[in-house]
Amino acid sequence: MTPRSTRRKVTNIVMFTITGLCTLVAVSVLFFILGYLLWQGGQALNWNFFTKLPAPVGETGGGFANAIVGSAKLLLLAALIGIPIGFLGGVYLAEFGGTTSSFIVRYTTDLLNGVPSIVIGIFAYAIIVVPMGHFSTLAGGIALGVLMIPITVRNTEEFLRAVPNALREGALALGATKWRAVATVVVPAALPGITTGILLALARVAGETAPLLFTAFGNRFWSPGWNQPTASLPDTIFKYAIAPYEDWNRQAWAAGLVLLSLVLATNVAARFILRQTRRTGG
Amino acid sequence: MQPTTTATDRADARRRAPAFARQMQNGDRIAHFTTFIFAGTIILITVFLFYELYASSYLTREKFGWRFLTGTTWDPVALEFGALPFIYGTLVTSILALIIGVPLGVGAAIFLAELAPMGISAVLAFIIELLAAVPSVIYGLLAIFTLVPFLRDYIAPVLESALGFLPLFQGASYGFSLLAGGCILAIMILPFIISISREVLLAVPRDQREASLALGATRWETAWHIAVPNAKAGIMGSIFLALARALGETMAVTMVIGNAPRINLSLFAPGYSIAAAIANEFSEATSNMHISALIELGFVLFCITILVNAVARLLILTTTRKGAVV
Amino acid sequence: MKRVASILALTLVCVGCSDNPKTDAAGPSDAPTGQILINGAGATFPYPIYSKWFDQYHRLFPQIQMNYQSIGSGGGIRQVIEGTVDFGATDSPMTDAQLTGAKTKILHFPTVLGAVVPAYNIPGISEEINFTPEALAGIFLGKITKWNDPELKRVNAALNLPNKGIVVVHRSDGSGTTYVWTDYLAKVNPEWKSKVGINTSVNWPAGLGGKGNEGVAGLIKQTPYSIGYLEFIYAIHNKMAYGKVRNSADNFVKAELASVAAAAARVVKTIPADFRVSITNAPGHDSYPISSFTWLLIPSKIPDPAKKQAMTDFLHWMLDDGQEMVETLAYARLPKELVDMEQKAIASIE
Repeated sequence: MTPRSTRRKVTNIVMFTITGLCTLVAVSVLFFILGYLLWQGGQALNWNFFTKLPAPVGETGGGFANAIVGSAKLLLLAALIGIPIGFLGGVYLAEFGGTTSSFIVRYTTDLLNGVPSIVIGIFAYAIIVVPMGHFSTLAGGIALGVLMIPITVRNTEEFLRAVPNALREGALALGATKWRAVATVVVPAALPGITTGILLALARVAGETAPLLFTAFGNRFWSPGWNQPTASLPDTIFKYAIAPYEDWNRQAWAAGLVLLSLVLATNVAARFILRQTRRTGG
Repeated sequence: MQPTTTATDRADARRRAPAFARQMQNGDRIAHFTTFIFAGTIILITVFLFYELYASSYLTREKFGWRFLTGTTWDPVALEFGALPFIYGTLVTSILALIIGVPLGVGAAIFLAELAPMGISAVLAFIIELLAAVPSVIYGLLAIFTLVPFLRDYIAPVLESALGFLPLFQGASYGFSLLAGGCILAIMILPFIISISREVLLAVPRDQREASLALGATRWETAWHIAVPNAKAGIMGSIFLALARALGETMAVTMVIGNAPRINLSLFAPGYSIAAAIANEFSEATSNMHISALIELGFVLFCITILVNAVARLLILTTTRKGAVV
Repeated sequence: MKRVASILALTLVCVGCSDNPKTDAAGPSDAPTGQILINGAGATFPYPIYSKWFDQYHRLFPQIQMNYQSIGSGGGIRQVIEGTVDFGATDSPMTDAQLTGAKTKILHFPTVLGAVVPAYNIPGISEEINFTPEALAGIFLGKITKWNDPELKRVNAALNLPNKGIVVVHRSDGSGTTYVWTDYLAKVNPEWKSKVGINTSVNWPAGLGGKGNEGVAGLIKQTPYSIGYLEFIYAIHNKMAYGKVRNSADNFVKAELASVAAAAARVVKTIPADFRVSITNAPGHDSYPISSFTWLLIPSKIPDPAKKQAMTDFLHWMLDDGQEMVETLAYARLPKELVDMEQKAIASIE
């Protein structure tokens, strides 16, 4: 073995270790957070938590049921707005756009991404809540949807671009038109990555409090329909975590745990559905 | 034996061809148009937002003009507003977040995509994605009780003794500082960088990797010289996303940065960021001038984002080969 | 793909229509026999007692839902002026300018009393420190920088105050607590009044900012030799040491339900008809000088008769049964004379 090859082998091992350590840092942060949440909030997790409405201070047995349902409704709305615009926008950038128009769209997407979530909340307040005259789930869902768009667009575009040209050209050579090639060959090839992007975006907005303060507003009770203020997990977590009552603090940590579990469940479910549709063909 | 097409078949096909082709082309045009509409909505929303921010801040724009950007006093009682300390804090914490987060994130992504066994890689990536879902308020609360004392008692003394000649690392450290803000942001942008970079690295064609290995390269050499350059655009994209998140992050930063609207070269000193200021004061602001000042802060952040994005794109254009996606 | 889409659509419809144990799915308010949802927003300080009250009231009258969200005093004022909520709540009374800016006239109703205390973290000292008004103003102006400053040592002869720098902690977000604290400092210190002023957000001459009472408490706990100001309940809940303050009768008083109530009792005789008054630095031997009312903001004209009935009934209940519940949560109750005045004032709501 020459000195050069030993050096290369050593570099290999060293870099392996360094990058492994980087991964370890990232993973241990999450385990630390999960562990802390479990330790602080584990006791507060019981059946009441998932089925009851919030109880006033000093009384035990309250729950986060309305916040869980509220978050689900808000995320549904956000997905309805964020996914179509984000996905189709990404498709445009990767497949159909010219250089100038793509540049502009990409640039504005990055700009939108950099807007603080509270500013988007204020924006939604000004254009939805004030004309309607009251707070609502609709306003909150729209604010979250707008937040979702940039991440989804960027991701969809990246993963569509990552599909090798050979696949595209193969489809075109077989006589498919551009849109058929894209829809039936390119998009399915990029689907795992695109799904990651969408789930990442959903995860991010699931935990956002600031945009909901002035749109969904919060609610101690159930919120029927889409037209009334609604409770949500991050909002209730925020209010309970900063309150001076130990009981509430513990519930806040427990709610954080529930939020993470919900995101995890959505993640798992989405990937499962994806695998099923690929197997059965849609 | 291949079936042969008869003369009538060919004549029929020739007759149908133009109509069929037109149909297909229409499909293309429709697809182009539809996706353009959706992409256009994004531009519409952003422009609308820009306009709203600009219009709603006219009170302070009229009163202060450019002085808003250079002033250092933020006084809601005397109605004197200057944004420089917030601009400084935002830029410092975001740059710090990138300096810490990008190497860590890209390193982890390379590990997960190139060097680790596939099963472990998938599980770990899954776990890291969850980091994106942790609400910022929980990041903030945890940081107060863990990160801040850690920085104050262990990291700051080390930095001060090793690099204390730099004004960056001088002065007393309370823990609540620009450094803490940068660190918490670094952690928050990790999932974006790692998830996306990993996926893009995985998408690099196998034959490229196998060719490199066949020629005798080590796995690291393959990763660094073959896979990463191929995935460069995607990794850059993830960094853009991360930077945007860092610039706009609100809750977690305000809990650890010290919230002092002063400019201080030392990273140990408390500071303030634009998003934190808006989040802190917007609910309570009642005077129209105060609200206008906060909205103008949001507008300034928007402009900073425009500038930062422009600079980053220029850098990419000048350093990567032709055909780079900007 | 079709299966997924149909499942999604079904979920949407179900989730949208259900999610209420009673099947009335209606807009913001309803006919008198149905559910009445009343939305309110405002101060964070009274949130615990308000949430208890509204819950209890809902139990007594299940068709009335009063939804209160603590977005901050300023937020409460703004939302009630714009009419996006049915009532507001604030720790600092609305200014004349704000009142004239509102479409309908807004009425103030004091609900409970609270106090702001100077909390500190000095390793080795767990006893109560006496603070003079000059000391507090000097510390927060950034002029008194060491714990063993003569102004502090003068009234704390028995304590061994260390020769360490004082780290000042204040609120970074706008808040009624800040309003009360700065209101007090402005009354006792002319320099504070001219240099910094009174507001929910001010330009602090020195110190670190924490978000919310909890943020300030966290900062103080994590930073040795620090001092900050907190709402009374937060200091108790976080088991923090807080000091006595010298009142206008030269007596060092600690914040307690009795001393806060004493402050209110002294001021009630001269309270204006619209109930907007500051009771900081109140006269009286036993008064705690940094006490304050907190108010509900009710529009004087409520178009919906069902909502109007619900709110006026609630106000009567709050002044009567409601007051019985406040002390267990460390709030002081309103003086009897004030309660009587408010009961009469409720009649002016149309």
